[in-house]
Amino acid sequence: MRFRNGILAAFAATVLAFSQGADAKTFKWAFQGDVATMDPHGLFETMTLGFQAAIYEGLVIKNSDMVTVGSLATSWESINPTTWRFHLREGVKFHDGADFTAEDVAFSVDRIRSEGSDLKVIAGMIKEVKIIDDHTVDLITPAPDPILPIQLEIFYIMDKDWAIEHKTTTATNLKGGEEGNYANLHANGTGPFMLKERQPGIKTVLVRNPNWWGSMVGNVTEAVFTPVGQNATRVAALIAGDVDMAYPIPVQDWDRLRSAPGAKPLTGPEARTIFLGFDQVRDELLYSNIKGKNPFKDVRVRRAFAHAIDIEAIKKKVMRDASAPAGLMVAPQINGFSEALNERWAYDIDLAKKLLAEAGYGDGFEVTMDCPNDRYVNDERICQAVVGMLAKVGVKVNLLAQTKSKYFGKVLAQNDYDTSFFLLGWTPSSFDSYNPLSALMACRRDGLGAFNLGGYCNEEFMDLLPKIQSETDQVKRQAMIDRAFQIHKDEVGHIPLHQQPLSWGVRDNVSVSQRPDNVFDLRYAIKN
Amino acid sequence: MTVSAHLVDGVRRFRDSDVYYSFKRSPVTIVAAVVTAIFMISALFAPWLAPHQPFDLATVELLDAFTPPVWEAGGDPRFLLGTDDQGRDMLSTIMYGARISLGVGFAAVAFAMVIGIGLGLVSGYLGGVIDAVIMRVADIQLSFPAILIALLIDGVARSVLPRDMHDEVAIYVLVFAIGISGWVQYARTVRGSTMVEKNKEYVQAAHVMGIPPALIMLRHVLPNVMGPVLVIGTIHLAVAIITEATLSFLGVGVPPTSPSLGTLIRVGNDFLFSGEWWITIFPGAALVLLVLAVNLLGDWLRDALNPKLR
Amino acid sequence: MFAFVIRRFAQAIIVMLTVGMIAFSLFNYVGDPINNLVGQDTSQADRVALREQLGLNDPFFVQFGRFVLNAARGDFGISYQQRRPVSDLISERLPATLELSIIAAILALAVGVPMGVYTALRRDGFLSHVFLVISLIGISIPTFLIGILLILLFGVVLRWLPTFGRGDVVDLGWWTTGLLTASGAKALIMPSITLALFNMTLIMRLVRSEMLEVLRTDYIKFARARGLANRAINFGHALKNTMVPVITITGLQLGSIIAFAIITETVFQWPGMGLLFIQAINEVDIPVMSAYLCMIALFFVVINLIVDLLYYAVDPRLRIDSTLVGTHG
Repeated sequence: MRFRNGILAAFAATVLAFSQGADAKTFKWAFQGDVATMDPHGLFETMTLGFQAAIYEGLVIKNSDMVTVGSLATSWESINPTTWRFHLREGVKFHDGADFTAEDVAFSVDRIRSEGSDLKVIAGMIKEVKIIDDHTVDLITPAPDPILPIQLEIFYIMDKDWAIEHKTTTATNLKGGEEGNYANLHANGTGPFMLKERQPGIKTVLVRNPNWWGSMVGNVTEAVFTPVGQNATRVAALIAGDVDMAYPIPVQDWDRLRSAPGAKPLTGPEARTIFLGFDQVRDELLYSNIKGKNPFKDVRVRRAFAHAIDIEAIKKKVMRDASAPAGLMVAPQINGFSEALNERWAYDIDLAKKLLAEAGYGDGFEVTMDCPNDRYVNDERICQAVVGMLAKVGVKVNLLAQTKSKYFGKVLAQNDYDTSFFLLGWTPSSFDSYNPLSALMACRRDGLGAFNLGGYCNEEFMDLLPKIQSETDQVKRQAMIDRAFQIHKDEVGHIPLHQQPLSWGVRDNVSVSQRPDNVFDLRYAIKN
Repeated sequence: MTVSAHLVDGVRRFRDSDVYYSFKRSPVTIVAAVVTAIFMISALFAPWLAPHQPFDLATVELLDAFTPPVWEAGGDPRFLLGTDDQGRDMLSTIMYGARISLGVGFAAVAFAMVIGIGLGLVSGYLGGVIDAVIMRVADIQLSFPAILIALLIDGVARSVLPRDMHDEVAIYVLVFAIGISGWVQYARTVRGSTMVEKNKEYVQAAHVMGIPPALIMLRHVLPNVMGPVLVIGTIHLAVAIITEATLSFLGVGVPPTSPSLGTLIRVGNDFLFSGEWWITIFPGAALVLLVLAVNLLGDWLRDALNPKLR
Repeated sequence: MFAFVIRRFAQAIIVMLTVGMIAFSLFNYVGDPINNLVGQDTSQADRVALREQLGLNDPFFVQFGRFVLNAARGDFGISYQQRRPVSDLISERLPATLELSIIAAILALAVGVPMGVYTALRRDGFLSHVFLVISLIGISIPTFLIGILLILLFGVVLRWLPTFGRGDVVDLGWWTTGLLTASGAKALIMPSITLALFNMTLIMRLVRSEMLEVLRTDYIKFARARGLANRAINFGHALKNTMVPVITITGLQLGSIIAFAIITETVFQWPGMGLLFIQAINEVDIPVMSAYLCMIALFFVVINLIVDLLYYAVDPRLRIDSTLVGTHG
């Protein structure tokens, strides 16, 4: 939607500006890609969900210390091992004025089960919804799930009546294809900001919701988001003051930002682990010159790859010393991390060649690597560096680097995990290890292992998993988590590389809260 | 006369000609010719002349990345012009890049020449409906800029071919695309000259003697047409090189495994503002130098061959 | 005269149909359109039904006819990537490209013609040589490199001009313009210069060479012999005769500018049709690609038609001997 009559809009804006006086704060920011959709159930991607958090809200939310607190729910308790009762906040209205009730929660749970939804993994955690009264709702889980509430931050509630009125009772299917439904370009949430204008690929504008139930630290009244694909352009825009904040900033520009007047870099370790994975399921790799067998099924080949990676070189030259080399699939900020297990495989080319020869690949082999080129910090360069390193042990890698929509469209479940060797990154949204254990490393069955692109599978690991999920004794739980990680590491299920750095750039007159999951929360943005 | 005698005679005639005279008198042109020759030699013999092998990944060390040029602090005499973000030597990548740029450029021009001359000869000699059709097509195509046609052909190729196959044939697609977008100029010029020659007595005599038209066109008409064709060719070469660089910069040109100067500029662009200027500036300067030299040669050739300006 | 107009019109329609056929083939035969429209989970039965419903089993010419009718109404289907009607995308982006292109064209003319005249009149002057050198460099530096250097100098080092985008635009009915706001006007400066540079040098060289030719002709010599003032000769006679081919070339170049906008828009992140097209190529978004194709073809055909008609009206030689038609430019 746009204001059709420009003159009237200009007049209205002037009036608005005068009435708000000095309080009108327009905040402009840029990201390397666009928000994929305005539909809160359309894409499970950190950036898109993080953006939508300004418009839509869930039952719970994380505050700036990453602690889960109530949002649309004021409190919750477990009335039996498989039932969580949520008490909903009263007096909350959607942007169109409708009341928020338990019906909307039940409707939203149904919606994330619908065909186009990308949040089906959340739907899988909820077996049934029971409406107790207008402001009380029960979520029943298929198995005892003590951590359900902390995983619901990204499950946003939509208004049932609005959805029915605009024929958007099923989620926008971004990976398939007919014309997007109404929720793709329009939004009606309960959050502190309303969608004023949406031009995909060009700009999205939000304005304050005057009837919001909550209070926030930030003082932004209007927010303008623009996707700027070119790194150089994005940094230049920040330095020139065309935007108040831009991310990600290429790590090589940190010094330039420090010396530029009016802007500075905001950096820190992100809770996102970047890792490599292999197809370990197929009997013959889809994209390799080896026929009749799959080299990645041999642990010696996987171990050889691990020893061929010089992570210090990658850290120094590709990441400009800003990354934290990792030996574990989770970052130090995640519950369940263990320093002892974070040891990496040593960089040893001779050992790698020896292992490959032992496995029968002394002459090396060819394989295609899938890599995104605009999702993670320097993703394509990391892949290029890996390609160079593997060349030294005789493995010729054909690098297929694509824009993230094409990349994810190729390697995910919806396309039958069409890859042989890939790079991926992951932040557990719940900040607990069960999330990656179940989504990344579990065997692909019973709704588990949805993002286990290579199909790594170990039975002892699977036995531990449900116990980890339901164990309430923290010490016992940690021991099981350690054991699970150890199994995975011994078998080189994946090769963790590093935690990537958070790399934002802000103007000096702006203060934002930088979350370790790289999510930008408008509620904390203060512009002076 | 023997072949070698022909050759010697030809060289002497060239040295005595007006063309060579005007060449010697213009220092700018001599410099341009030298520069072009340097580029061509280093491009042709890159695998032997280049100090490093930047595309043999086993020899590239990531730890060498971002080395500045040798005259700057932190420079390394092994890498005269510095290294890029993966540790490849800039001088070598520029030589290989020029190889691709020049290779694609020459191939595209040759392709366009063959098609253009062929169609021009046919059109001029045969006349009639064939002539009308060919000229119509030429007119229509002339109204579309070359870069658009090239972009389109490349875009379609990308969609039709699966990705890995596309990378293998990308260079041929590029040559085809740039070539196809440039044949018209040759065709028109050749057609005009052919129409003029057609009515001359020696052509009619040959026709009466029973010599097939194709032979007449090739042996008699063609040599008289080569002058203007050569002029168009040099200018077209400059355009072809720029077109390829632009397509590669936009990301729809040569595959990343065999980067041209345009690709190098694109990769280096990210580092321009953060202080590693050499990764973009050197390939950029090389490209501009090359195109400038070719343009100057083309200008001189046109002036030298144009009887009206003497 | 009438026959000429009819012939030109017929030719224009043939071109549009040919382009339409290419665009249509792109649409229907590159990849399976059904695959692009439905999700992975759609059953085979549903796919077959969808094929029938969309008329994909009809003979080629029926489908092509439908495509042409739809295209004439501006309906190019739905973008695979953005899930919105392509016609919406194009109408949003068109003003940006057109505004940029027209300003660039005006700039190229306004600077190129005077420079060309000057270098023709004062062939050996120092300033002339400077202009010629600049023009040579102008056609030797690729457009994208100029853009990058301008951004570096004026956007980052000097901080005078914005580094990307269009700035604030004002809606005027279905057109949006950046000229009415300060940020919009500033945002227009660098992209239009970048876009204009190549054409500027082209026009300059063209004007120069045409003028040199004309100045050599007999009737100019005769005018000089008659004792006419230099200014009258140069501007009254020489320039007028130079302008005819120049204007026609410029008209043709307008189409070329619109196409070159692709590069400029990419470097400056200018939200126009060119950037849309590049994104569509990278994402293999066929409907957008074929729509852009048709739109550009339409522009070219219309521009060429107008130029041809104008040329015909202005140059009496064409009217006398119709066999000379087709050799202009």
